[in-house]
Amino acid sequence: MTDARTEILARVREALAGSTVESAEAHPETGRASEVEPVETPPSHAPVVDLFAERVADYRAVVERCSAAELADRIAAALPEGPVVVPPGLGIDVPGAVVDDGTLTAADLDRIAAVVTAARVGIAETGTIVLDHGLDQGRRAISLVPDTHVCIVREDQIVPDVPDAVALLDPTHPLTWISGPSATSDIELDRVEGVHGPRTLHVLITPAE
Amino acid sequence: MSATFVGMPAFPTAAREALADSQLRHNLAHATGTIRAKRAKVVEEVPDWEELRLAGAALKERALLDLDAQLVRLEETLTANGATVHWARDAAEANAIVATIAKQHAAEEVVKVKSMVTQEIGLNEALAEEGIAAWETDLAELIVQLGDDLPSHILVPAIHRNRAEIREIFLRKMAAAGRPAPADLTDEPAVLAAAAREHLREKFLRAKVGISGANFAVAETGTLVVVESEGNGRMCLTLPEVLVSVVGIEKVVAQWDDLGPMLRLLPRSSTGERMNPYTSMWSGISPGDGPQEVHVVLLDNGRTRALADEVGRQALRCIRCSACLNVCPVYERTGGHAYGSVYPGPIGAILNPLLRGVGHDDQIDSLPYASSLCGACFEVCPVRIDIPSVLVDQRAQVVDAHRAVSWRSVPKPEAAAMKGAAYVLGRSRRLSLVERLTGLGVGLARRFGLTAWTGARDLPEAPAESFRAWWERTDGGRDASGNDAVDPAGPDEDLRKGDL
Ligand code: SF4
Repeated sequence: MTDARTEILARVREALAGSTVESAEAHPETGRASEVEPVETPPSHAPVVDLFAERVADYRAVVERCSAAELADRIAAALPEGPVVVPPGLGIDVPGAVVDDGTLTAADLDRIAAVVTAARVGIAETGTIVLDHGLDQGRRAISLVPDTHVCIVREDQIVPDVPDAVALLDPTHPLTWISGPSATSDIELDRVEGVHGPRTLHVLITPAE
Repeated sequence: MSATFVGMPAFPTAAREALADSQLRHNLAHATGTIRAKRAKVVEEVPDWEELRLAGAALKERALLDLDAQLVRLEETLTANGATVHWARDAAEANAIVATIAKQHAAEEVVKVKSMVTQEIGLNEALAEEGIAAWETDLAELIVQLGDDLPSHILVPAIHRNRAEIREIFLRKMAAAGRPAPADLTDEPAVLAAAAREHLREKFLRAKVGISGANFAVAETGTLVVVESEGNGRMCLTLPEVLVSVVGIEKVVAQWDDLGPMLRLLPRSSTGERMNPYTSMWSGISPGDGPQEVHVVLLDNGRTRALADEVGRQALRCIRCSACLNVCPVYERTGGHAYGSVYPGPIGAILNPLLRGVGHDDQIDSLPYASSLCGACFEVCPVRIDIPSVLVDQRAQVVDAHRAVSWRSVPKPEAAAMKGAAYVLGRSRRLSLVERLTGLGVGLARRFGLTAWTGARDLPEAPAESFRAWWERTDGGRDASGNDAVDPAGPDEDLRKGDL
């Protein structure tokens, strides 16, 4: 008996006999991805940052803009009562926070109220934050299990639209795209914030260093 | 519960039952109407939407036409990233692979992210037979699973349940599955969601094995992508030690950049949001972060059969956004259960026959007829699947299959009618010609029968004026003086979007 791999690949080849990728190109209804005009990049970056702030807020996330000097105070104000975890390379002092050394279990994290992380990319058009889980963001579990996520996005990290973000991201890292707090509309389509992910998303936008 | 809907009656019978359920019709009309409006609003925001659809269709089509090479590439990159790749010809093979992995880790339970493909293969039932409990973690799937029920919509599987029913199900069934619902549970959606959070959290924290599907698999980089809302996906993909993803071979896209257009198309088409709350991407194993044992099961289960159908293969581009369900006048009235499959609505009406073949099961053979061919599904489809054309082709195949087994080679009346429809819908000039002859056709049909057709449908009076003629005369109804000559949503609805 042939193995499943050999047989599936043979079936695929048989199914495609006579069709080539060129037949897709010849198809009048199809164009290459690269033919999509990039969404026009505004001449100044400020409108992109404004749009990002507006679109993140649309998801009922908390959005604040502040200077680098104000950051520590704003973080402190955003944190709820209870223990806080931070990634090993956050680069901002959060008094009293536990620095994740990779040994906290999921159950440990479940007893932690909040997490503070940086981000990799912000997407203005969709109000999305992307984490690539580098040292200033930490492994995936720490930004997932605690109920409040305070996320710092630098203005120079914000790009206009999704393809711009895809181009910047490195697929060898695990990536988490976050657009607002966890939500469901499964019950009569009523949007309810917060099922399993952090129920509070607090975004702090700061100018580039 | 049977996820394969064994013994479902053919569509007309099931649809008649569903039509008699007024709660179901109310829930469905509300849901499809709401999502439709949200989608329209966010699609309007995108100036290059039509080009984006072209790009989405093209990149999926190219991957499909090069599928053997893409799959080999995907296997290479996944393996290089530390994942173990398995191949499964059918549901039984896929289920056996997953069960073996779970048993190797002595797992008595697994947590699951909502995935159509694991429903398609009946994974939960197969695992249950091996003594492994598979917990659905998506809120709607949890409602369906606890209610011992079947999903009725791709995106909102519990759309047929209202809040009072959900409260009932939680109160009655949660205790047997784990943490019970609080005694003071109300039917507020937020309260119900909080009960689900508590119930599932203990399962997430202790689960050793997570199971997912994937929305996209990138051959170039060996990356899988899961798009979700609630965070249950992130939990299942991050906390367990072992992750098994069952991926239909049609999910492959060639390159990393292809995710740009796809992630612009999917959320807007699906939930009507600019972006869904969470999307997770992972490329095999990340040391120190998430599952340290990662498996990917590449599944055929009829996909190569669909690929061999030159008209139907476009159905494999489907990204399961469910936009076609929400615009379908048939789906809106009957709901998902009438389709007797995990893939309901217009896409289900073509995908099920394509995956499983026609001519051996009346239920499947009835699906290509579950449509009025209005064309709304094609218009909204983010990857431009021409569902009406495939439906017509499938009808012809059903008829051919039946003729092949019959000792008489007389085509059914629908056979002639559908061959005619394929021809007529092909060109707008022919369509307008036929519209002028519709009165004649309806008269003939009344006279000579077509009873199977009219038994489940009211054969309309032929209008005095066709929709297209009405549109031209009244400028699409904007000219108020002429808009009462004929109801535009009336008898000609069947044809109105055919080829305008
Ligand atoms: S057929 Fe098109 S519209 Fe329907 S679910 Fe698939 S991708 Fe969406």
